[in-house]
Amino acid sequence: MATSIGESVKRVEDPRFIQGKGRYVANLKLPGMVYVAIKRSPYAHAVIKRIDASAALALDGVVAAFTGQDLKDAGMGALPCGFNPPDIKVPPHYALATDKVRYVGDGVVAVVAEDPYTAFDALELIEVDYEPLPVVVNAKKATEAGAPQLHEEVPNNVSFYWALGDRAEMDKVLAEADHVVELELVNQRLIPNALEPRACVAQWSDFAEEMTVWTTSQNPHLIRFLMSAVTLGIPENKLRVISPDVGGGFGSKAFHYAEEVIVPFVSKQTGRPAKWVSSRSEAFISDSHGRDHITTCKLAIRNDGTFLGLDVTTHANMGGYLSLFAPLIPTALYITLLSGLYKIPTIFGESYGVMTNTVPVDAYRGAGRPEASYVVERLVDIAAHDLKMDPIELRRKNFIQPDEFPYQTPVALVYDSGDYDKMFDKVVEISDYQSLLQQREQARSQGRLVGVGVSGCIEASGVGPSKAVIGLGSGVGLWESGSVRVHPTGKISVMTGSHAHGQGHETSFAQIVAGTLGVPFADIEVIHGDTGRTPFGLGTYGSRSASVGGSAILRSCEKVRDKVMKIAAHQLEAAVEDMVYDASNGTIYVQGSPDRAKAFAEIAVATLTAHQLPDGMEPGLEESTFFDPPNFTFPSSAHIAMVEIDPKTGEVELTHYSAVDDVGKVINPMIVEGQILGGIAQGVGQALWEAAVYDDEGQLLSGTMMDYTLPRADGFPMINIGRIETPSPTNPLGVKGAGEMGTIVGTVTIANAVMDALAPFGLRHLDMPLTAEKLYNAIHSAGNGHHNGSSNSSSNGTGNGGAL
Amino acid sequence: MQVTLIVNGKNYTRDVEPRMLLVDFLREELGLTGTNIGCDTSQCGACTIHLDGQAVKSCTALAVQVDGSEVTTIEGLGTNDALHPMQQAFWDEHGLQCGYCTPGMIMAAVKLAENDNAISESKIRHGLEGNICRCTGYQNIVKAVQAAAQTMQSEAGDEQWQRV
Repeated sequence: MATSIGESVKRVEDPRFIQGKGRYVANLKLPGMVYVAIKRSPYAHAVIKRIDASAALALDGVVAAFTGQDLKDAGMGALPCGFNPPDIKVPPHYALATDKVRYVGDGVVAVVAEDPYTAFDALELIEVDYEPLPVVVNAKKATEAGAPQLHEEVPNNVSFYWALGDRAEMDKVLAEADHVVELELVNQRLIPNALEPRACVAQWSDFAEEMTVWTTSQNPHLIRFLMSAVTLGIPENKLRVISPDVGGGFGSKAFHYAEEVIVPFVSKQTGRPAKWVSSRSEAFISDSHGRDHITTCKLAIRNDGTFLGLDVTTHANMGGYLSLFAPLIPTALYITLLSGLYKIPTIFGESYGVMTNTVPVDAYRGAGRPEASYVVERLVDIAAHDLKMDPIELRRKNFIQPDEFPYQTPVALVYDSGDYDKMFDKVVEISDYQSLLQQREQARSQGRLVGVGVSGCIEASGVGPSKAVIGLGSGVGLWESGSVRVHPTGKISVMTGSHAHGQGHETSFAQIVAGTLGVPFADIEVIHGDTGRTPFGLGTYGSRSASVGGSAILRSCEKVRDKVMKIAAHQLEAAVEDMVYDASNGTIYVQGSPDRAKAFAEIAVATLTAHQLPDGMEPGLEESTFFDPPNFTFPSSAHIAMVEIDPKTGEVELTHYSAVDDVGKVINPMIVEGQILGGIAQGVGQALWEAAVYDDEGQLLSGTMMDYTLPRADGFPMINIGRIETPSPTNPLGVKGAGEMGTIVGTVTIANAVMDALAPFGLRHLDMPLTAEKLYNAIHSAGNGHHNGSSNSSSNGTGNGGAL
Repeated sequence: MQVTLIVNGKNYTRDVEPRMLLVDFLREELGLTGTNIGCDTSQCGACTIHLDGQAVKSCTALAVQVDGSEVTTIEGLGTNDALHPMQQAFWDEHGLQCGYCTPGMIMAAVKLAENDNAISESKIRHGLEGNICRCTGYQNIVKAVQAAAQTMQSEAGDEQWQRV
């Protein structure tokens, strides 16, 4: 019996990881290798007046030093921005700064040495004179008159403006509504912190006139394309990019980084293999950050709880330069998701993309969608409080119904499928919601601060349909490749353009093949992450691998199956229509005569000998598919959490968490559950602990793991996971994205729970992270009568609004 | 300076800079790259190894400081044909995703679970506070440690695991 789709197969990649045999870039050592270290700016904004590397170059073991001008003179192009909405202003972003530095961490000099310790010594000997300039780190302040200006090309620091909806209609809805809930909120900046720091190795071969680059990327094909077309200028057929095992990405490894220009440049200049490995401290100031929105939002409702309209204005911090996908995040992945699970007849959303003296911001797990769900689900929760309705009942009242799919929202997207009532029924059941409410009431009667938080969310995943994404501003289509090569022995190599960095593609993609062709699971190898071994693809992010990459593989399997059926029919002298393919064991037989059969491996070898094939059929057994989905997929979630706040310390204990997700069909439930659990942990991290904190001088105060609080094992209870399945009609597997759901919904679920715990104080909203210090202060000042949260919603939209 | 260490049962003598970290010694001098580096402030635990029988973050020691010591790394824990029960449990319980924290997590967990076959969830969670995993949310790691603790005790008489 072959392994099939839907089974919790243990991961085939695990034996190497549990034995310390992971193939990470930092493990690569090549003969004659030199080591690169990067001198980074200690100033957030400054003119570079003078660079003197002579003392460094005099140090024994130092090979070379290169500046931004050296790279520019050698023809290295600026790092590209790949998502360009109309009228965007894109400032140049060189791999090393040439005239000015624009954030703490901006690279200035690359030094090359015989060993990494010497390279770090050399950094200390490089002298750079700076003339400091005024600094701005806050996206809203950066747009104000008199704010420091980062780039000549970007007047007032506003790189782009993006809006959907009708302003006049929105104003009318707000004016006529019974009730308007208004909120100002900050979705704080996060630092993704994949546990493997980024690394890059490059080897130029004079002999082959070829460059090989090993890089910690979620996206090796796209990086190669950009290196070739934009930065390095090496033709793609002379450039091989390999992303072997990558230790987590969460979006932060999807972009073309400066070091992917510097390290290949160094290899070509020195004629030796070159290696750069980021330290963690360096990662904090050189990996792209995530989130950082300042938002004003209003939800217009009728007194019976019907949602009438949603009005959202966001200032999105882009940092010092535009990272590869940066403008996509607060626009097409954010404004378009503001309808949530609900029928909201009128939505107006607008975003300003703003340059500041901070590390560039780009996609981080969820990327725009957590920010959208945070806006919607915080407003809905406050609305429930104002209307004295159960938060689940208010949500149910506004759900898009199962018979209304495909559902056109007012913000461009067409949802594929879902059953939100059923999903909430399930989470109410597995969390024992009524019991949680009883526990809360009992605790409150004892004076304890216990809260129950509910949230539901939608995600547009499976990015994405090429026509749609190009129309929104993407520079590339977002299809995916999948090739199935059947070797003459019947063994199979699967080549995918997707890239796994923890998601388990080697297992779940092999399940698709085993389940379709009926070959033994052990006979299938999934190859990814090497442009020299796989056809062009678009990589892994936006929860796209299963629905786009998996579907390409499925289609190729079907093509293989069709050819195998034709060959078997020919050899058994039967009509193709009469053939049956038994996918449980890879046998092809004549309908009604199971003994007239051929095994898959027999046909495989027949495509090698090629003397018994139907007339006109080509030999060989290898099929490729480039799958472009007709739409996104729309997974949905319903999560419930309970928290208790210690009034003496302000510390939050997460005491219960139940999650029900609809990710459509599931290939490997164990892997999907793991994705949801990990996603929730990052969501909880944002809600309670994580924040990138800058001071007014642009210094990152939370720049190490001692200062930036990552979730640890003792921060969680055992989480209940449940699932419902409404298959997606937009791909042949029926799957929806699963990798980002936990983060998209987890953050706001926890925030809602904490605010529920604080409801007795009349507090309506606090910005994340909901740290012990913040809650302690909030509780104690509220207790002293300093806070009165009863007035930030209004009738007829006249309220003064505002968060605390 | 000359330093001699017994690593995974073998003697190694090398001449190294006094400032060389133990983790760099293992990775760069001995090529034992199973021990990963995840931070530079001793927070993440990715580089956890066993030093004279204790779980230690190998970025916190200089190689010359531990001259003469016995070190076990992930490469010395089990073999492909005979995985250590903790390795097996991480595999069985889906206790890893990207795999980067995994060697350090397993090395820390082995010491935690030793001699405690009924180790509580809370003890595991607190015991692994010094090891960061960004992928799993820890739930399946906790399950793996619980499962392995039982196996390790039932196999306690087995010579194979006595040495680690």
